[in-house]
Amino acid sequence: MSDAVLVSLSINDEVRPVAIPIDRTLLDVLREDLRLTGAKRACEAGACGACNVLIDGHTARSCLTLAADLEGCAVRTIEGLAQDGVPSVVQQAFLDAGAIQCGFCMPGMIMSATELLADNPSPTIAEIRTGISGNLCRCSGYVKVIEAIALAARRLAPSRPMAAAS
Amino acid sequence: MLMKSPKTEAAIGLTMSRLEALEKASGAAAFTEDMTLPGMLHGALVLSPHAHARILGYDLSRALALPGVKAVITGAEIGRRYMGLVVKDETALAVDKVRYIGEPVAAVAAIDVATARAAAALVEVEYEPLPAVFTIEEAIAEGAPILHEDFASYFKIYDASTCRLPNELTRSEIILGDVAKGFAECDVVVERVYETAAQNHIYMEPCAALAAVDGRGKVTVWSSTQSVFRTQANVHESLGIPMARIRSVVPRVGGGFGGKSEATVQPVAAALALKTGRPVRVVLSREEDMITMRARHPARMRVKTGARRDGTLVAREFEAWFDGGAYADDSPAVLNFAMFFAGGPYRFEHVRVEGHAIYTNKLRAGAFRGFGNPQATFASESQIDEIARELGMDPLELRLKNIVKPGDRWLGGQTLATSGLEACIDKVIDASRWRERHGSPLPAPAGKRRGLGLTLTAHVCGFLSTSAIVRLAEDGSVTLNTGAVDLGQGSDTVLSQMCAAGLGLGVDDVNFVAPDTDASPYNSGTNCSRVTYMVGRAVGEATQAVQAKMAKIAARILECPEDDVELLPGGLMGVAGSNRTVSFKEIAARSLWFADGGGPVIGSGSIMHNEPLDPKHTLLSGMVSFHNVGAFIFGAQVAEVEIDEVTGKVDIVEAWCAHDVGRAVNPGAVEGQIQGGFVQGAGYALSEEMLWKGGRLINPSLSDYKIPCALDVPYEIRSFVVEVPDPTHPFGAKGVGEPPLIGAGPVIANAIADAGFRVRRLPITPERMLRAMLNGEDGVDV
Repeated sequence: MSDAVLVSLSINDEVRPVAIPIDRTLLDVLREDLRLTGAKRACEAGACGACNVLIDGHTARSCLTLAADLEGCAVRTIEGLAQDGVPSVVQQAFLDAGAIQCGFCMPGMIMSATELLADNPSPTIAEIRTGISGNLCRCSGYVKVIEAIALAARRLAPSRPMAAAS
Repeated sequence: MLMKSPKTEAAIGLTMSRLEALEKASGAAAFTEDMTLPGMLHGALVLSPHAHARILGYDLSRALALPGVKAVITGAEIGRRYMGLVVKDETALAVDKVRYIGEPVAAVAAIDVATARAAAALVEVEYEPLPAVFTIEEAIAEGAPILHEDFASYFKIYDASTCRLPNELTRSEIILGDVAKGFAECDVVVERVYETAAQNHIYMEPCAALAAVDGRGKVTVWSSTQSVFRTQANVHESLGIPMARIRSVVPRVGGGFGGKSEATVQPVAAALALKTGRPVRVVLSREEDMITMRARHPARMRVKTGARRDGTLVAREFEAWFDGGAYADDSPAVLNFAMFFAGGPYRFEHVRVEGHAIYTNKLRAGAFRGFGNPQATFASESQIDEIARELGMDPLELRLKNIVKPGDRWLGGQTLATSGLEACIDKVIDASRWRERHGSPLPAPAGKRRGLGLTLTAHVCGFLSTSAIVRLAEDGSVTLNTGAVDLGQGSDTVLSQMCAAGLGLGVDDVNFVAPDTDASPYNSGTNCSRVTYMVGRAVGEATQAVQAKMAKIAARILECPEDDVELLPGGLMGVAGSNRTVSFKEIAARSLWFADGGGPVIGSGSIMHNEPLDPKHTLLSGMVSFHNVGAFIFGAQVAEVEIDEVTGKVDIVEAWCAHDVGRAVNPGAVEGQIQGGFVQGAGYALSEEMLWKGGRLINPSLSDYKIPCALDVPYEIRSFVVEVPDPTHPFGAKGVGEPPLIGAGPVIANAIADAGFRVRRLPITPERMLRAMLNGEDGVDV
């Protein structure tokens, strides 16, 4: 058993002290210790993005992130996107565009889309494709995922003209 | 007769979000690995390091001595209890012999995953290595080592007496007419070999199961499965527990694509739970999943096609060799299904198909979206283009001249009732501007070449048995129970839409029940593009039965003849030609509380497709039954590709995919199937290939085995939903799960050929493409 360190872990705006073995991944801490099972284990090698969370607003592979390093960082998981039970604009757009099939990759995909739109409110189709290129989906063929993100962009910035398609 | 009208059918043709979409978008959806139970242990597998070896003994002492380990179980302890759908040749854990690298030989239950894995590494198994065979050629050579010495005694649901070669597990033949006579009449004959690689399913959720035992010894298994009933049967057969003491249920499933049709880790989880008396969860890592589960059959196909000068296709000979791996799984059915489509959707007068499935010391091959047809259609449709070139005809005109029409008969003798094939062709030809653009070089950037390709797809949706139960609740809503598992394709939603339409209700008035062998009526599985079509028929029958019972009660309440009762939208029945109505709620109350009410209103439907084959039309031998094949579904696809002349990389510029779905119950979901299927097929066509070296899978990771990401496929995948209603379905609907994938291989290969290079082996990786451009190689390993 590795040495544990006490970390004040900020997850979805809630700060809690957690004793974390130094080699324990954020994915394990979320899923096993905190029972936040939205982030998915699909490759555990950083290749698929199903475990993506936001750390200080940037997507990170929670399967490759050591939780003991996260003192002072703000972690947001898929469970922390809805406000007062209302899905975020991005989540709602995924529903409305019919982008969700089996849903296993979707928590990670939605986190990547959330970061993308925070950084670039009016992405082109090409920028959306690049923005989600680290998230593998085996069901959708990505078309409706791209449509969902474009829809979310329009809703988030209705006055801004949507950049032309690729 | 189902009472229906456009008004009561408002739920059909409605693009609505999946019932469980919000749950999935919010992270709340529970997949098997998200579930825990009090006192739950974690399981880990011990995998064979040998491709073929005799098991001489086990030393479990070091593993059992590790603190936190609760049990170790071996194949010897479980014994020779065989399971399998088509051939019962497989045990939950290897007994006496291992037959591929990665085969589970033992399993551990411990307090956490790390301890279980550490203990698994401490299990010592003594082996005597045996000579192994890794290719079909090695496996069928005279004197080759035999994988299954007891093959003759295995239970099978097909005729294996025709097998003659070492390690041959299926040898089938289909004969229509006389190919020798046919080829003699031809002006042009083309004969080529086509090959395809092993594709891995890469469902995003690796296989997982959680098992728990109650005080009476009844095992409940939650698992990522395509069929709760197949899971129950597999646990029953492999562990020898009566079905009455096995309950199989399913949380959300993170994709299946065929790979979760048969047993995964459920028998092991159940065995460990029984041994420890505690709940046990077994979750495979991605690497373990790729090494131990299943793949699409690698295939080698020799295809010969003959035509007259005027473009009439006359004769087709097709010889298929499918590498089944170490266990049969669905191999005979997959091979036979491929053979069924060896002629493609064309009016050949003479067809001879010969198929072989062979055991080798590699991962088992099994069901995978398309079920043998992606291989067959790649070969068949590539060759149609090749013969068009020989004839100097446009590949579109050659196809149009020869396609099957309603009333024509398929191999086996089944008559085509309807066909949306021509409508599909029209859609993609118009949208891609084929007639203007095909035939002369397409404009392309410097250093690139472009090509435009066409393919047709033929498939069937159906097979096997299924049922549904609809119950009227006291408030006039209904509960639908079908036993059909939604893998993510949206069947819960589509079945609810059909149930709603069958009773003139809204989808919110339907309570969809999660499949559970304790409570749900039988459904064979979510396979073969069959749920919308087959389960939909059962739902239609069940709603019809409910209608009939309700009409009786309504007639009593409304004091009119039963024949005058009509179904109205919004949960009402009325007297035809009047404005007198009664609500479902009143009908329910009458049934439940009044002496003349007849008791609770429950309707059920049981379906088995039965289409007698005609032995005078086609001779079949060594095959599984095709009497229950189902309804034909057709499609057409066009793709434009761009080849990088320096790197050999092939990009899909745009794709047009039209598929006849009979009637789209949920058009948005149909588009999702078309787009997703095409992209999974694009991976099969261009990048996905499981590679073995000396029996060892050398690329078991998502970094080394490349499925398409968003940058690998175009956004411009145009889907066209063609609707030619099917007369055998209550709403005219048919399946669409598999055909979009089936077309992707040949349409991409044909587009590449249009750019100048015919490649006859999938996947067309940059390396193969470069070799084709530099050396004129066709990619086939000879």
